[in-house]
Amino acid sequence: MHLTRTSLAPLAAVLAAALLPSAALAGKTLDAVKARGEVLCGVNTSAPGFSAVDSKGQWVGLDVDTCRAVAAAVLGDARKVKFVPLNSQQRFAALQAGEIDLLSRNTTWTLTRDASLGIAFTGINYYDGQGFMVPKKLKVDSAKKLANATICVQSGTTSEKNVADYFGAAGVKYKSVVFDTAEAIQAAFFAGRCQALTTDVSDLSGARSKVAKPDEWLILPEVISKEPLGPSVRRGDDEWFQIVRWVGNFLLEAEEAKLTQANVDKQKAESKDPVVQRLLGVSEDTGKLLGLDKEWGYRIVKQVGNYAESFERNLGPGTPLGLPRGPNRLWSQGGLMYAPPIR
Amino acid sequence: MSPPGRPRTSLSWSTRSGRALIVQGALLALLAVGALALWRNVEGALAARQIRSGFGFITEPAGFDIGEGPVPYTPRDSYLLAFAAGVANTLRVSLLGVVLATLLGTLIGVGRLSRNLLVRAGCTAYVEVLRNIPLIILLFGIYLVLTELLPDAMEPVVLGGAYLSKGGLQVPLPSWDHGWALERPEMGPFGVSGGLSLTPEFLALLLGLTLSTAASIAEIVRSGVLAVPNGQTEAAAALGLTPRQGTRLVLLPQALRIIVPPMTSQFLNLTKNSSLAVAIGYPDVVSIANTAINQNGQALECILVIMAVYLSINLVTALLMNLYGRRVALVER
Repeated sequence: MHLTRTSLAPLAAVLAAALLPSAALAGKTLDAVKARGEVLCGVNTSAPGFSAVDSKGQWVGLDVDTCRAVAAAVLGDARKVKFVPLNSQQRFAALQAGEIDLLSRNTTWTLTRDASLGIAFTGINYYDGQGFMVPKKLKVDSAKKLANATICVQSGTTSEKNVADYFGAAGVKYKSVVFDTAEAIQAAFFAGRCQALTTDVSDLSGARSKVAKPDEWLILPEVISKEPLGPSVRRGDDEWFQIVRWVGNFLLEAEEAKLTQANVDKQKAESKDPVVQRLLGVSEDTGKLLGLDKEWGYRIVKQVGNYAESFERNLGPGTPLGLPRGPNRLWSQGGLMYAPPIR
Repeated sequence: MSPPGRPRTSLSWSTRSGRALIVQGALLALLAVGALALWRNVEGALAARQIRSGFGFITEPAGFDIGEGPVPYTPRDSYLLAFAAGVANTLRVSLLGVVLATLLGTLIGVGRLSRNLLVRAGCTAYVEVLRNIPLIILLFGIYLVLTELLPDAMEPVVLGGAYLSKGGLQVPLPSWDHGWALERPEMGPFGVSGGLSLTPEFLALLLGLTLSTAASIAEIVRSGVLAVPNGQTEAAAALGLTPRQGTRLVLLPQALRIIVPPMTSQFLNLTKNSSLAVAIGYPDVVSIANTAINQNGQALECILVIMAVYLSINLVTALLMNLYGRRVALVER
């Protein structure tokens, strides 16, 4: 059968998953990562702000920082990550088959995915929602006015179902054009094949930030869905699950404790605050419980920074995406980001 | 697994063929045991990884939209209907592709034998160029031309009653509504609608498959015609047949029996190559199955569906072509 590379990859991964002896599953991910000296992290092929390669050839983004934080905690060096770029169709198969240790690829947490794919989401690192982008010259100011329009959407995403639900509920017809990669769908949209592009709002901002004249494109006000994005791991290794979950929590806890890349050394040496002492491993050893060492959290802040730093660096007003913190502020500042205490 | 000695020994019971039968039987049993072990392993591995399996999902609502196709499908319909819509789209582009590629390929193949230098050189150039471009590159190229260079959907080119733009090609369609009438495409708020609408994805795929396969078919036609000895044409002329009669009654029947078997392969190739649709956004069965895999995670099942679909289509194609091949075969008296 003549298949493209993209459609062959999930096939290969699934076959690998199905044909490997079941016993291989019990292998501890942590041990494997340590033996390898590298975290294999599945990321988006191109999602500015979340995971993309910058002009120096380095992977940068909010999701990339999650991978780096895990590497800093587990291996002591945030650079010891091998990034595996995956499109939306390959991502779960790659995780199932053990090609990657964790998937950190702006992926929406849903019941079906959590309960039937053999994977488990460890938390939420970005609260997103699905929106629409149109060319300004179309003079459309609301998604409600998109009846009979042609809409570009990426296959294998929650967006694909949301848009069907949204227009189905309104009894409105539309024509969809579906591609399997973000690059292809964005290229088709910006070439004028569709009147609207729909995906998560952060993704729309990212796509817009890449084109020559970003102000010719308008993101419509409607947000039609909840898209809680977060990392996930393979089921069956609770120890690894806990590590990835608590690395995510740590990024938020560090922000809450006002620990930054710049002040962490000073704080570690001088702070008498019991919360800070605990987080940085000066007093309690929280790492031992996770199978890590005492300074796991210190290294995350030192090498990657806290959640706020990662957000501002990759998505915030100072970046081409210029996204406000919005619901991704800490709970103490009116947002939804609330991490269970590290103690 | 070819048995020693002459083929087709299965009906005879000489010692040699008997041995062959036993060996083949044992091999078959081994294969069956292997397949069973593989299946058990798959089941076990999927269960251990807590990945849902089985075909239970097929009646559940699919929930995603399919951009085009003859099957009236909505996101509330089942996965089964979604697959059916994909199969219909695959068949639609494959059947049209086979017909168009055969016509174009035959013309070019005959053109390569033309006495006119210009025609001959043009056809040779076509074959050499198209045969050497990978189909996927050709598809990307055609799709790029269609989506980048055509005018915006709001400002289509009008050709007679047809509209051509980034929104595709819309042509008037005869329709029955208390008498025959021509349903004409009209400008809507987001471009042209109504009539027979062909999307750029469909056009690009059809064009790519046709152009590419036609190059191979041209070579098959040319070799088939050349394989008939010159003496046959001369004999036909000697019998007093006109050149046209000679071609129709003598040359063509003999050429066809050489042409048909490799032609079958080309038809099968074209059908399989239509799976490249996924790269340019045409919702064929592979594209739909890929989407399904991502919505429900049941990759193994969906890929089995794809395999079954192509196997069925191609077995039917091969059967029809073999029947035709038998009709044109040389009857020896």
